[in-house]
Amino acid sequence: MKKLRAFIRKEFYHIGRDVRTLIVMFGIPIIQVLLFGYVLTNEIKDVNIAVLDLAKDNESEKLINKLVSSGYFQLSESIASYDEVDELLKSGRVKEVLIIESGFAAKLERDKLAHIRIIADASDPNNANMIVNYTKGVIAGFLTEMNAGSANAQAISMKPKMLFNPEMKGVYMFIPGILTLILMLISAMITSISIAREKELGTMEVLLVSPLNPIQIIIGKILPYLVLSFFNAFLIILLGIFVFEIPVLGSFVLLMAESLLFIILALSIGIFISTVAKSQQVAIMISLVALMLPTILLSGFIFPIDNMPLVLQRVSNIIPAKWFIIIIKNVMIKGTGFEYIWKETLILVAMCFFFIAVSVKKFKIRLE
Amino acid sequence: MLEVSEISKNYKNIPALNKISFNVGKGEMFGIIGPDGAGKTSLIRILTTLLIPNSGYAKLDGLDVVKDFKKIRKKIGYMPSKFSLYQDLSVYENLSFFASVFGTTIDENYDLIKDIYQQIEPFANRLAGKLSGGMKQKLALSCALIHRPDFLFLDEPTTGVDAVSRKEFWQMLATLKKLGISILVSTPYMDEATLCDRVMLIQKGNALTIDSPAAITAHFPHPMWSIKGGSLYKIKKVLEGYEFTHSVNSFGQDLHYVDKRTQINITEIRNFIQSKTGELVEVNTILPNIEDCFIEYSR
Repeated sequence: MKKLRAFIRKEFYHIGRDVRTLIVMFGIPIIQVLLFGYVLTNEIKDVNIAVLDLAKDNESEKLINKLVSSGYFQLSESIASYDEVDELLKSGRVKEVLIIESGFAAKLERDKLAHIRIIADASDPNNANMIVNYTKGVIAGFLTEMNAGSANAQAISMKPKMLFNPEMKGVYMFIPGILTLILMLISAMITSISIAREKELGTMEVLLVSPLNPIQIIIGKILPYLVLSFFNAFLIILLGIFVFEIPVLGSFVLLMAESLLFIILALSIGIFISTVAKSQQVAIMISLVALMLPTILLSGFIFPIDNMPLVLQRVSNIIPAKWFIIIIKNVMIKGTGFEYIWKETLILVAMCFFFIAVSVKKFKIRLE
Repeated sequence: MLEVSEISKNYKNIPALNKISFNVGKGEMFGIIGPDGAGKTSLIRILTTLLIPNSGYAKLDGLDVVKDFKKIRKKIGYMPSKFSLYQDLSVYENLSFFASVFGTTIDENYDLIKDIYQQIEPFANRLAGKLSGGMKQKLALSCALIHRPDFLFLDEPTTGVDAVSRKEFWQMLATLKKLGISILVSTPYMDEATLCDRVMLIQKGNALTIDSPAAITAHFPHPMWSIKGGSLYKIKKVLEGYEFTHSVNSFGQDLHYVDKRTQINITEIRNFIQSKTGELVEVNTILPNIEDCFIEYSR
């Protein structure tokens, strides 16, 4: 016990004195969460638009107010003639121009039909598509509101129903994925590097000749990183809650407990990698290739598993990340309890035992 | 006491050690002398339970280095050839880590390492990676000694260390020997052989000879001459073509010359060199050193 304590203390000295490790452990996760959360989202916010209001009546005024107050758009220019539209879009100052025909209110009243032309900057087609869809949505909302209470109105309903993510927020999908990716990569990579470093520097030779046994060395390597990774998971979830306003609908304690299980699994995978890798470079390569790609591609993080060929669907079953993503999506976004995720939890527990057992067995008590 | 019997080790098909046998008694300082690649590190790693030999056995106080490796690991101190302490830990932290790992404390065995550790104690808070070569060796030796081992294995402890530190290091080993600790030390420096009680000269995995340094040099089979003065390179070339030459090697400012004949005189050699090169040289009989013996036996 005293030996183990000395070993763990030594590990903390290593971590504390190695600025690079600290940056990898805490800097990268935070940067990744913020980047993924902000950059890779599919939602729009404060898009600059211009309006050519040829009607200038009370209804067109209302519509413009409605657009601006939605939060998606920002009215940055008002223009007076068609000639300016082209120039304005070319300059890039606005992404979309709305043209409201003259006599807008009167036509709505008399013909029950008025026209609005939407011109979008389609140099970024995806973005343009999204902006136009959002605009349509706001206008549809405007129409529904206006028609409320009148009997013979044409009610247009375009409102899509999105379960669990009514605003189609991208971060909702990304946070569980990133949490998984970071915990898997950082935990596995750092433990495998720290063991490979002992081999590379020759200190493993001295440790082997000492009375320390493999289990003590493995526990001594896992425990410090367990504490740090758990703190990391906590940090990422807090970022999700406070920066991206993702609610944790289920039990927070359950979420953290499942994270802890996944961290132990990732750490034991790291130990397993180090029994194979002889140098730090090899350890990094194996961690990146064998863990990062499957975790991103086959876990359901970015590409839905249901759309994969059957072979890959089968392969995805051995990717720990797949099960963990199911678990956190359930707990965070759907708010389900343990009774819905016990199977996935059991799979992770089994994987943990497997990797720890193999690592202890494969751990070399001698040099080669 | 250490008993080594016909140890062989191959790496794939390349032989590294070939039937090495020797004994080291209690409190003895045994040297393994040989150039790089002779098999010194492989041998020490087998004896410290880190490698398994392909054949042969070794026993330390009756414990087999393969079967009883756990028990042996508690009894021995090992200092690998590469500086293998934690560079990012301070001197004190390294020492106390190894003390704890072996289930002891610095205070408990302070008397044993006192003489060595006192020299680096002023730098107790300095990171081990920032120490000079000589101080690193002292720290590594302190760490290898902190659990009061019966047997100390040192793999090239003086390689890459300056001359003064080397001398100090051997003095420390002599002190440890007096405390009854058996020491097995390897070195590529032939001049360090005389500091051991007994040595084994090793070359390409084969033991050339095992004896005390004095006995090894005394058993040199030929008379030896040193040749001084003139252009050594030219004289060496000439002697290599001489019909009675057994061997000729340069040693700093001298040539060490061995003649095939048992009965010769100095003037004859001098005259031969003068007739060939026109140079007057000084020729004296000398006693061979360990390096001469090494060269002779590895011919």
